[in-house]
Amino acid sequence: MGTQSISIKVNGAEQTGEVEARLLLVHFIREDLGLTGTHIGCDTSHCGACTVILDGKAVKSCTVFAVQAAGKEVQTIEGMTTNGELHPLQEGFMEEHGLQCGFCTPGMIMSSKALLQENSNPTEEEIRIGISGNLCRCTGYVNIVKAVQYAAAKI
Amino acid sequence: MIPGPFEYHRPGTLDEAVALLASLGDDAKIISGGHSLIPMMKLRLAEPAHLVDISGLDGLDYIRESDGYLTIGALTCEAAVDRSDLIHSKYPIISDTAHVIADPLVRNLATIGGNLAHGDPANDHPATMLALGAEVVVSGPNGSRTIGIDDFFLGPLTTALGADEILTEIRIPTPPANSGGAYIKFERKVGDFAIAAVAATVTLDADGNCVKAGIGLTNVGPTPVRAKAAEEALTGNPLTDDNIATAGRLASEASQPISDHRGSEEYKRAIVEVLTKRALYKAKSRAEGGS
Repeated sequence: MGTQSISIKVNGAEQTGEVEARLLLVHFIREDLGLTGTHIGCDTSHCGACTVILDGKAVKSCTVFAVQAAGKEVQTIEGMTTNGELHPLQEGFMEEHGLQCGFCTPGMIMSSKALLQENSNPTEEEIRIGISGNLCRCTGYVNIVKAVQYAAAKI
Repeated sequence: MIPGPFEYHRPGTLDEAVALLASLGDDAKIISGGHSLIPMMKLRLAEPAHLVDISGLDGLDYIRESDGYLTIGALTCEAAVDRSDLIHSKYPIISDTAHVIADPLVRNLATIGGNLAHGDPANDHPATMLALGAEVVVSGPNGSRTIGIDDFFLGPLTTALGADEILTEIRIPTPPANSGGAYIKFERKVGDFAIAAVAATVTLDADGNCVKAGIGLTNVGPTPVRAKAAEEALTGNPLTDDNIATAGRLASEASQPISDHRGSEEYKRAIVEVLTKRALYKAKSRAEGGS
């Protein structure tokens, strides 16, 4: 069981690595690339803290092997700002107090970004369904929904 | 949690994938969305020496209707099934099912083929496919063959698929006019497996009698369960409250739940009875043109 070379475009930049097939995408992102904004929560595909956008779709990076993402495009929370300017979602989470401990926030933002890409004007119910794969244990979700609504209004 | 080591293969064609499986034998597992397999590998409940990744194969991602069948390519992700207008308008029981599988993030990668081929009685599509009388097409070294859904699930995580076969398509007979179906799942929280779930389909004649019924049960037995006695009790009869209640009782008797952290055996049997009735009322309403 050797290693293999992979190349994944992460936040617009081509990243290469020599990885074991069993390396999970979240570990490649955090440990090989040092992008620790993507969190590991449950490690069992439930909590969504590890959510990234893979070829346009929000996915749980703890349940994807890095080799499966080879040749694809990944966006993480670090790729959300443009020239130092916060994305409307990041701004929304700040303005609407959409986080307390902040652990779920990167995943929430990536899920919400994919949601808004598909549906720029979601209803509250659609937002709640859209983030139903992301668990927050602090906020009760009310302000997270407001944060997404803030961003939807602004985008 | 780190899965055990394995060799990763990414065949370019279906034939290559089948040939790889034939040469690797039982040491290999097929991966596409990976949302059943990877969690099992992390827990070391599965430690395949080889993974054959079929997610990149062309031509296995489609939803279409032809020659009296709805056909769905095995690599179609649950999100696509959930969003399909064709499925939503003509096969709403399948929309019901896809919509309650895990959560939207999982549905972006998890495939309908994997949901069936994994052979997990807790998965949602199997019961629905039982109720719909579906069949699956599989490809192996000697070409393809079609397996009726009643012959597909053999035991927990065990199907009629050979080690060198790949499930490629699901075929669902287009139901006649005045048919309806519904899938109702009872879960502790979003993303969990069902405590129990019931898929029900009915076809009515001009007088409102049920001429055909299908009832499948999720997570209440070693395989997905067909509630045959309940189906037979409905066939040829009107869907009255009494007959639906009888079907609920018979479905509950057909279920074989075990007590676990999701509930006692007795509780699950009661849930099956209630869900069967609810699914039948909803199926009836849809057969009559309602939602």
